[in-house]
Amino acid sequence: MGAYVNPIYPYKAPTDLKVTPPLRKPLIVIGAGPVGLAAAVDARLQGLDVLVLDDDKTVSVGSRAVCYAKRSLEVLDRLGVADPACALGVSWNIGRTFLEEDEVYQFNLVPDAGHKRPGMINLQQYHIEEMLIARALELGADIRWQHKVTAVTRHSDPDGHATLTVETPDGSFDIEADWLVVADGARSPIRRHLGLDIEGRVFQDRFLIADVIMKADYPAERWFWFDPPFHPNQSVLLHKQSNNVWRIDFQLGWDADPEEEKKPEKVIPRLQAMLGDDRPFELEWVSIYTFQCRRMTDFRHGRVLFVGDAAHQVSPFGARGANSGFQDTDDLMWKLALVMKGQAPDKLLDTYALDRQFAADENIMNSTRSTDFITPKSRTSKTFRNQVLALAKHHPFARKLVNSGRLSVPSFLTSSLLNTPDADTFEGNMVPGAPMDDAPVQVAGQDAWLLDQVGQGFAALLFADAVPSADVLAQLKTLQTGQLPVTPFVVAPRALDMPGVKVIVDAQGWMAKRYDGKNGTTYLLRPDQHVAARWRELSAAKVQQAVAHATCQA
Amino acid sequence: MQTTLLKTDPNFHEPGRRFFRDFSPGDDFYEALIDAHNGLSDEQSEALNARLILLLANHIGDLRVLREALQAAKTTT
Repeated sequence: MGAYVNPIYPYKAPTDLKVTPPLRKPLIVIGAGPVGLAAAVDARLQGLDVLVLDDDKTVSVGSRAVCYAKRSLEVLDRLGVADPACALGVSWNIGRTFLEEDEVYQFNLVPDAGHKRPGMINLQQYHIEEMLIARALELGADIRWQHKVTAVTRHSDPDGHATLTVETPDGSFDIEADWLVVADGARSPIRRHLGLDIEGRVFQDRFLIADVIMKADYPAERWFWFDPPFHPNQSVLLHKQSNNVWRIDFQLGWDADPEEEKKPEKVIPRLQAMLGDDRPFELEWVSIYTFQCRRMTDFRHGRVLFVGDAAHQVSPFGARGANSGFQDTDDLMWKLALVMKGQAPDKLLDTYALDRQFAADENIMNSTRSTDFITPKSRTSKTFRNQVLALAKHHPFARKLVNSGRLSVPSFLTSSLLNTPDADTFEGNMVPGAPMDDAPVQVAGQDAWLLDQVGQGFAALLFADAVPSADVLAQLKTLQTGQLPVTPFVVAPRALDMPGVKVIVDAQGWMAKRYDGKNGTTYLLRPDQHVAARWRELSAAKVQQAVAHATCQA
Repeated sequence: MQTTLLKTDPNFHEPGRRFFRDFSPGDDFYEALIDAHNGLSDEQSEALNARLILLLANHIGDLRVLREALQAAKTTT
């Protein structure tokens, strides 16, 4: 009944993979969802050979994850798919929360200007997956459809590789992997097969999710209602997606019968009551969901690395699912590439687990808080919630407490072992471990964005008012020739003539402000666009020490 | 309503601690508040709320602020 038709990706008989003795692959990714595909694209960008196995033959059925946050778009920029995603997706920054019919709270995800990407785009998951598949194939990733991994055996000797049993329409075969990235989703058959724990809370509430095709002129904003007249005592969420598809969520309560509520004769009257007129609409997809907030104790098990929903799950309020999955692979893949190439010790991958477990805890905390506000567990909790909403009509402090979802923003990895602590004094938020703030700049006479200049490898930024001294320039250039090369940049208020060093022109001073950059200020940036270290004066030795520290070699 | 002394702008904070998101300190408080009621009967919760109000009122102390707070609470429904 829907407008979208799922593509069917061709099955390829595994004649080349099904050999005796089993093939050994350097890297296998299980699961071609958004996160597994991001891992595959990133692997190719890092020059790694990658095989992706997926048990299905198409993209997501139904829109599923529809909100892609600014940080995800910045990651997707690095992966090369943010332009098509933003061209097709609906950009938005404003969220409005209503109590009954009155607006009680409004947030703006990107209140200040000077960012390439908006706070959020809404785009159906199937579109994102199609874009990532095209990109992965273009970069030479080997994706095999209808290849279901049914068993994984981890070997302890000599190097901890894994043997996978793969089932296909042409029978099953074994294949080995030096490294395994598991991205097989919330139910993660591989996680279960390996008997690994995932613990957390189940929430006793049910939500109806409806994708509706209709013509409507509601603005591109997130609208959330507490207790609206068209759905009393419950909440409702409205999002605009691409191609005239609208996402509407109705809170139903724990006692709702999921099979009954999915029937069109139940769904259509709810939608008619909400729309309040007789405009025509069509249902593209309907589902009932419940949710959990939980994570694996450890995202790393030797050479098996868990990413995305397989490793952690959150309630959907806040769009912290797929978005945190992209941040997982953003953190993981540069580390994995260094370890696989022998350029960093194995323990660098422990910091993937530590940093992303920290981020998962923050995501779980925020989405649990939203869920507790939306679905109060006790009479007292409900009284407090309703009185926060009542006070919010008059008092700004209460508006800030209204929690209809704290939307996905990246964690500040302030406790990461890879950070070199500040020895100098700085203003602002770009502390070691911070995800970089973007800024509008000029490069080679053209308008450009800061985040498009860095990433993939380590980079150093030196803020300079004028052409630095020969000694400083020489130090900056030596960074390119270290064991792990660091790409040097000079950030200046105007174009400077310096052969051999790329100049980022910060004419409007966005970077100077956001990074508290003064003449001599130096930043070391990780390949995933996080701050690793910063100083008030450039010292190549200190930068190299910080690179060693950020790769567990110190 | 004219309030002159009662703070009604967002005011949750913790000296020495850095919050990267503006909603975090308020959410920290709200979670602690709801958690304090976990496992209590409605009657026990009411009593807890009463004790909490009394403790906070004494901490504020300034009767002008307390009168304004009472008034603000009464006029919001």
